Amino acid sequence: MALDRCDDDVREFIERAAPTHPSVIDTEHLVAELYHVVNVPTMIWIDEQGRICRPHDSQFGTDIFTAFHGKLSEPYLDMLRAWVRTGEGALPMDEVDALRIEPDAASQLARAERALAWWLHGQQRGEAAERHFVRADELAPSDWTIRRGSMPIRGKDPFGPEFFALAEEGKPDYPMEALTPTRKD
Amino acid sequence: MSASAEVFRLIDDGQEVSLAAEVRDGRVLIDPDSLKSGLGWELKPEGLCKDAACVPVRDREALVPSAEDAGVDLAAFASALGRPLALDPAARVAALGVAAGERAAQLWTLEAPDFELPDLDGQLHRLSQHRGKKVLLVAYASW
Repeated sequence: MALDRCDDDVREFIERAAPTHPSVIDTEHLVAELYHVVNVPTMIWIDEQGRICRPHDSQFGTDIFTAFHGKLSEPYLDMLRAWVRTGEGALPMDEVDALRIEPDAASQLARAERALAWWLHGQQRGEAAERHFVRADELAPSDWTIRRGSMPIRGKDPFGPEFFALAEEGKPDYPMEALTPTRKD
Repeated sequence: MSASAEVFRLIDDGQEVSLAAEVRDGRVLIDPDSLKSGLGWELKPEGLCKDAACVPVRDREALVPSAEDAGVDLAAFASALGRPLALDPAARVAALGVAAGERAAQLWTLEAPDFELPDLDGQLHRLSQHRGKKVLLVAYASW
Protein backbone atom coordinates (compact mmCIF):
# COMPACT_ATOMS: atom_id res chain seq x y z
CA MET A 1 0.00 0.00 0.00
CA ALA A 2 1.66 3.21 -1.20
CA LEU A 3 0.96 6.58 0.45
CA ASP A 4 1.60 8.64 -2.66
CA ARG A 5 0.10 11.34 -4.86
CA CYS A 6 -0.70 9.25 -7.92
CA ASP A 7 0.00 5.99 -9.73
CA ASP A 8 3.05 7.44 -11.49
CA ASP A 9 4.81 8.06 -8.16
CA VAL A 10 5.06 4.30 -7.62
CA ARG A 11 4.49 2.73 -11.04
CA GLU A 12 8.20 2.08 -11.57
CA PHE A 13 8.58 0.27 -8.22
CA ILE A 14 5.49 -1.88 -8.65
CA GLU A 15 6.22 -2.81 -12.26
CA ARG A 16 9.80 -3.75 -11.44
CA ALA A 17 8.77 -5.87 -8.45
CA ALA A 18 5.80 -7.40 -10.34
CA PRO A 19 4.26 -8.64 -7.08
CA THR A 20 1.81 -11.55 -6.98
CA HIS A 21 0.05 -9.92 -4.00
CA PRO A 22 -2.26 -6.89 -4.29
CA SER A 23 -0.35 -3.61 -4.46
CA VAL A 24 -2.60 -0.61 -3.98
CA ILE A 25 -2.24 3.17 -3.93
CA ASP A 26 -3.72 5.34 -1.19
CA THR A 27 -3.79 8.91 -2.52
CA GLU A 28 -6.34 10.03 0.11
CA HIS A 29 -4.40 8.65 3.11
CA LEU A 30 -7.34 6.43 3.98
CA VAL A 31 -5.15 3.72 5.52
CA ALA A 32 -2.98 6.34 7.27
CA GLU A 33 -6.17 7.58 8.94
CA LEU A 34 -7.70 4.17 9.71
CA TYR A 35 -4.50 2.66 11.14
CA HIS A 36 -2.92 5.87 12.47
CA VAL A 37 0.21 5.52 10.33
CA VAL A 38 2.78 8.22 11.17
CA ASN A 39 5.73 7.06 9.09
CA VAL A 40 6.67 4.59 6.37
CA PRO A 41 7.67 1.94 5.87
CA THR A 42 5.57 0.23 8.46
CA MET A 43 4.38 -3.35 8.56
CA ILE A 44 1.35 -4.71 10.39
CA TRP A 45 0.54 -8.39 10.88
CA ILE A 46 -3.14 -9.34 10.55
CA ASP A 47 -4.19 -12.85 11.47
CA GLU A 48 -6.74 -15.18 9.83
CA GLN A 49 -9.54 -13.66 11.94
CA GLY A 50 -8.74 -10.15 10.74
CA ARG A 51 -7.17 -9.15 14.06
CA ILE A 52 -3.95 -7.16 14.35
CA CYS A 53 -1.43 -9.48 16.01
CA ARG A 54 1.71 -7.38 15.63
CA PRO A 55 1.28 -3.61 15.42
CA HIS A 56 3.15 -1.02 13.33
CA ASP A 57 6.80 -1.91 13.00
CA SER A 58 9.14 0.22 10.90
CA GLN A 59 11.09 -2.47 9.05
CA PHE A 60 12.47 -2.95 5.58
CA GLY A 61 12.14 -5.66 2.97
CA THR A 62 15.51 -4.84 1.41
CA ASP A 63 18.91 -3.48 2.48
CA ILE A 64 18.98 -0.54 0.02
CA PHE A 65 18.84 2.05 2.83
CA THR A 66 20.64 0.06 5.54
CA ALA A 67 23.54 2.55 5.54
CA PHE A 68 21.03 5.29 6.43
CA HIS A 69 18.89 3.61 9.10
CA GLY A 70 21.18 0.78 10.24
CA LYS A 71 18.58 -1.98 9.85
CA LEU A 72 19.08 -5.28 8.07
CA SER A 73 16.02 -6.81 6.48
CA GLU A 74 16.89 -10.47 7.01
CA PRO A 75 16.14 -10.83 10.76
CA TYR A 76 12.70 -9.31 10.18
CA LEU A 77 12.02 -11.43 7.11
CA ASP A 78 13.03 -14.55 9.11
CA MET A 79 10.45 -13.61 11.77
CA LEU A 80 7.86 -13.03 9.08
CA ARG A 81 8.48 -16.43 7.49
CA ALA A 82 8.23 -18.13 10.88
CA TRP A 83 4.88 -16.43 11.53
CA VAL A 84 3.53 -17.48 8.14
CA ARG A 85 4.62 -21.11 8.67
CA THR A 86 3.82 -21.66 12.35
CA GLY A 87 2.09 -18.58 13.75
CA GLU A 88 5.11 -17.91 15.94
CA GLY A 89 5.67 -14.21 16.71
CA ALA A 90 1.99 -13.25 16.85
CA LEU A 91 1.48 -11.30 20.07
CA PRO A 92 -1.29 -11.67 22.65
CA MET A 93 -3.90 -8.92 22.60
CA ASP A 94 -2.68 -7.07 25.69
CA GLU A 95 0.82 -6.83 24.21
CA VAL A 96 -0.46 -5.56 20.88
CA ASP A 97 -2.47 -3.01 22.82
CA ALA A 98 0.58 -1.87 24.79
CA LEU A 99 2.74 -1.55 21.67
CA ARG A 100 0.50 0.55 19.48
CA ILE A 101 0.25 4.33 19.35
CA GLU A 102 -2.92 6.33 19.90
CA PRO A 103 -4.34 9.17 17.84
CA ASP A 104 -5.16 12.33 19.79
CA ALA A 105 -7.12 15.54 19.13
CA ALA A 106 -4.12 17.29 17.54
CA SER A 107 -3.22 14.36 15.28
CA GLN A 108 -6.83 14.02 14.10
CA LEU A 109 -7.08 17.75 13.39
CA ALA A 110 -3.78 17.50 11.50
CA ARG A 111 -5.30 14.78 9.29
CA ALA A 112 -8.32 17.01 8.59
CA GLU A 113 -5.98 19.92 7.73
CA ARG A 114 -3.98 17.66 5.41
CA ALA A 115 -7.17 16.39 3.74
CA LEU A 116 -8.30 19.98 3.17
CA ALA A 117 -4.86 20.95 1.80
CA TRP A 118 -4.85 17.94 -0.54
CA TRP A 119 -8.34 18.80 -1.81
CA LEU A 120 -7.34 22.42 -2.43
CA HIS A 121 -4.19 21.25 -4.20
CA GLY A 122 -6.37 19.12 -6.48
CA GLN A 123 -8.38 22.27 -7.31
CA GLN A 124 -5.17 24.09 -8.31
CA ARG A 125 -5.55 26.43 -5.33
CA GLY A 126 -1.96 26.16 -4.25
CA GLU A 127 -1.85 29.19 -1.96
CA ALA A 128 -4.87 28.09 0.05
CA ALA A 129 -3.51 24.52 0.12
CA GLU A 130 -0.19 25.73 1.50
CA ARG A 131 -1.91 27.43 4.48
CA HIS A 132 -3.37 24.09 5.52
CA PHE A 133 -0.25 22.02 4.86
CA VAL A 134 1.57 24.42 7.21
CA ARG A 135 -1.16 24.04 9.83
CA ALA A 136 -1.08 20.22 9.54
CA ASP A 137 2.71 20.26 10.04
CA GLU A 138 2.34 22.41 13.16
CA LEU A 139 -0.33 20.14 14.63
CA ALA A 140 1.51 16.86 13.98
CA PRO A 141 5.23 17.69 14.03
CA SER A 142 6.23 14.06 14.37
CA ASP A 143 3.96 12.59 11.68
CA TRP A 144 6.07 12.05 8.59
CA THR A 145 3.14 10.87 6.44
CA ILE A 146 2.12 14.52 6.75
CA ARG A 147 5.41 16.40 7.00
CA ARG A 148 7.57 14.37 4.63
CA GLY A 149 4.71 12.93 2.57
CA SER A 150 3.50 16.46 1.69
CA MET A 151 6.93 17.60 0.47
CA PRO A 152 6.55 16.38 -3.15
CA ILE A 153 3.09 17.99 -3.33
CA ARG A 154 4.52 21.29 -2.04
CA GLY A 155 7.45 21.27 -4.47
CA LYS A 156 10.02 20.22 -1.87
CA ASP A 157 12.50 17.39 -2.25
CA PRO A 158 11.74 14.59 0.26
CA PHE A 159 15.39 13.51 -0.03
CA GLY A 160 16.80 17.07 0.00
CA PRO A 161 17.85 19.65 2.61
CA GLU A 162 14.30 20.06 3.97
CA PHE A 163 14.16 16.36 4.72
CA PHE A 164 17.54 16.38 6.46
CA ALA A 165 16.39 19.33 8.58
CA LEU A 166 13.29 17.31 9.49
CA ALA A 167 15.41 14.24 10.27
CA GLU A 168 17.46 16.37 12.70
CA GLU A 169 14.30 16.67 14.82
CA GLY A 170 14.27 12.88 15.12
CA LYS A 171 12.26 10.36 13.20
CA PRO A 172 8.90 9.15 14.53
CA ASP A 173 9.29 5.73 16.12
CA TYR A 174 6.81 2.96 16.68
CA PRO A 175 7.22 1.16 20.05
CA MET A 176 7.45 -2.21 18.24
CA GLU A 177 10.57 -1.09 16.42
CA ALA A 178 12.75 -1.15 19.52
CA LEU A 179 11.73 -4.76 20.25
CA THR A 180 12.39 -6.23 16.81
CA PRO A 181 15.83 -7.72 16.18
CA THR A 182 17.39 -5.89 13.26
CA ARG A 183 20.88 -7.39 13.19
CA LYS A 184 22.10 -10.95 12.98
CA ASP A 185 24.40 -11.78 15.89
CA MET B 1 -31.62 31.64 5.25
CA SER B 2 -30.68 34.85 3.53
CA ALA B 3 -30.27 35.16 -0.21
CA SER B 4 -26.49 35.29 0.17
CA ALA B 5 -26.24 31.53 0.83
CA GLU B 6 -23.93 29.91 -1.70
CA VAL B 7 -22.35 26.53 -2.25
CA PHE B 8 -19.91 25.48 0.45
CA ARG B 9 -17.88 22.26 0.06
CA LEU B 10 -17.48 19.99 3.03
CA ILE B 11 -15.20 16.97 2.95
CA ASP B 12 -16.96 14.77 5.49
CA ASP B 13 -14.54 11.99 6.48
CA GLY B 14 -13.33 11.83 2.87
CA GLN B 15 -16.73 12.28 1.19
CA GLU B 16 -17.32 15.57 -0.59
CA VAL B 17 -20.70 17.17 0.19
CA SER B 18 -22.13 20.43 -1.17
CA LEU B 19 -23.97 22.58 1.35
CA ALA B 20 -25.75 25.92 1.18
CA ALA B 21 -23.99 28.30 3.53
CA GLU B 22 -23.24 31.93 4.13
CA VAL B 23 -19.76 33.06 5.12
CA ARG B 24 -19.99 36.01 7.50
CA ASP B 25 -16.99 37.47 9.38
CA GLY B 26 -15.04 34.26 8.95
CA ARG B 27 -17.91 32.14 10.26
CA VAL B 28 -19.66 29.58 8.09
CA LEU B 29 -23.42 29.47 8.67
CA ILE B 30 -25.05 26.43 7.12
CA ASP B 31 -28.62 26.51 5.97
CA PRO B 32 -30.55 24.18 8.33
CA ASP B 33 -32.30 22.41 5.43
CA SER B 34 -28.94 21.82 3.81
CA LEU B 35 -27.51 20.48 7.08
CA LYS B 36 -30.36 17.97 7.13
CA SER B 37 -30.27 16.95 3.47
CA GLY B 38 -26.47 17.05 3.10
CA LEU B 39 -25.28 15.65 6.42
CA GLY B 40 -28.40 14.18 8.01
CA TRP B 41 -28.23 16.43 11.10
CA GLU B 42 -30.94 18.67 12.44
CA LEU B 43 -31.20 20.99 15.42
CA LYS B 44 -34.11 20.04 17.68
CA PRO B 45 -35.11 21.12 21.20
CA GLU B 46 -33.34 18.02 22.61
CA GLY B 47 -30.07 18.75 20.75
CA LEU B 48 -28.37 18.01 17.47
CA CYS B 49 -30.04 14.91 16.05
CA LYS B 50 -29.29 12.43 13.31
CA ASP B 51 -31.79 9.61 12.79
CA ALA B 52 -32.70 8.43 16.30
CA ALA B 53 -29.53 9.70 17.99
CA CYS B 54 -29.23 13.13 19.59
CA VAL B 55 -26.15 14.92 20.91
CA PRO B 56 -26.81 17.38 23.73
CA VAL B 57 -25.91 20.99 22.97
CA ARG B 58 -24.31 23.17 25.66
CA ASP B 59 -24.15 26.49 23.84
CA ARG B 60 -27.09 26.93 21.51
CA GLU B 61 -26.17 30.54 20.80
CA ALA B 62 -22.78 29.51 19.45
CA LEU B 63 -24.50 26.99 17.21
CA VAL B 64 -27.17 29.41 15.94
CA PRO B 65 -25.71 32.90 16.36
CA SER B 66 -28.62 34.70 14.72
CA ALA B 67 -32.20 33.47 15.09
CA GLU B 68 -33.10 35.64 12.12
CA ASP B 69 -31.74 33.26 9.50
CA ALA B 70 -31.14 30.24 11.79
CA GLY B 71 -27.88 29.35 10.01
CA VAL B 72 -25.90 26.71 11.94
CA ASP B 73 -22.30 27.67 12.68
CA LEU B 74 -20.07 24.99 11.15
CA ALA B 75 -17.26 25.30 13.72
CA ALA B 76 -19.73 25.06 16.63
CA PHE B 77 -21.42 22.10 14.91
CA ALA B 78 -18.08 20.23 14.63
CA SER B 79 -17.27 21.11 18.22
CA ALA B 80 -20.66 19.83 19.44
CA LEU B 81 -19.94 16.51 17.70
CA GLY B 82 -16.38 16.44 19.06
CA ARG B 83 -15.02 16.19 15.53
CA PRO B 84 -11.93 18.01 14.19
CA LEU B 85 -12.63 20.70 11.58
CA ALA B 86 -10.15 22.22 9.16
CA LEU B 87 -11.82 25.35 7.84
CA ASP B 88 -11.06 27.77 5.01
CA PRO B 89 -13.91 30.31 4.90
CA ALA B 90 -12.30 32.30 2.06
CA ALA B 91 -11.99 29.22 -0.17
CA ARG B 92 -15.48 28.10 0.94
CA VAL B 93 -14.35 24.62 1.88
CA ALA B 94 -13.76 22.64 5.08
CA ALA B 95 -12.74 19.12 6.08
CA LEU B 96 -14.57 17.42 8.92
CA GLY B 97 -12.45 14.64 10.39
CA VAL B 98 -12.95 11.75 12.77
CA ALA B 99 -12.90 12.34 16.53
CA ALA B 100 -9.80 11.01 18.26
CA GLY B 101 -11.98 9.12 20.73
CA GLU B 102 -13.89 7.36 17.96
CA ARG B 103 -10.71 6.39 16.14
CA ALA B 104 -9.07 5.26 19.38
CA ALA B 105 -12.10 3.12 20.31
CA GLN B 106 -11.97 1.44 16.90
CA LEU B 107 -8.23 0.76 17.16
CA TRP B 108 -8.65 -0.56 20.72
CA THR B 109 -10.68 -3.50 19.38
CA LEU B 110 -7.51 -4.62 17.49
CA GLU B 111 -9.72 -5.53 14.55
CA ALA B 112 -7.92 -4.49 11.36
CA PRO B 113 -10.06 -1.69 9.86
CA ASP B 114 -11.40 -2.70 6.46
CA PHE B 115 -10.65 -0.61 3.38
CA GLU B 116 -10.81 -0.83 -0.40
CA LEU B 117 -8.16 0.74 -2.67
CA PRO B 118 -7.21 0.48 -6.35
CA ASP B 119 -4.06 -1.03 -7.86
CA LEU B 120 -2.24 0.34 -10.93
CA ASP B 121 -4.85 -1.17 -13.25
CA GLY B 122 -7.67 0.45 -11.31
CA GLN B 123 -8.80 -2.89 -9.91
CA LEU B 124 -10.15 -2.53 -6.38
CA HIS B 125 -8.85 -4.70 -3.54
CA ARG B 126 -10.60 -5.01 -0.20
CA LEU B 127 -8.74 -6.14 2.91
CA SER B 128 -11.60 -8.33 4.12
CA GLN B 129 -11.40 -10.38 0.88
CA HIS B 130 -8.34 -11.98 2.49
CA ARG B 131 -10.08 -13.07 5.71
CA GLY B 132 -9.00 -16.62 6.57
CA LYS B 133 -5.42 -15.96 5.46
CA LYS B 134 -2.60 -14.17 7.21
CA VAL B 135 -2.05 -10.66 5.82
CA LEU B 136 1.07 -8.53 5.97
CA LEU B 137 -0.03 -4.92 5.51
CA VAL B 138 2.91 -2.85 4.29
CA ALA B 139 2.65 0.93 4.10
CA TYR B 140 5.40 2.48 1.99
CA ALA B 141 5.89 5.51 -0.23
CA SER B 142 8.13 6.94 -2.94
CA TRP B 143 9.17 9.68 -0.51
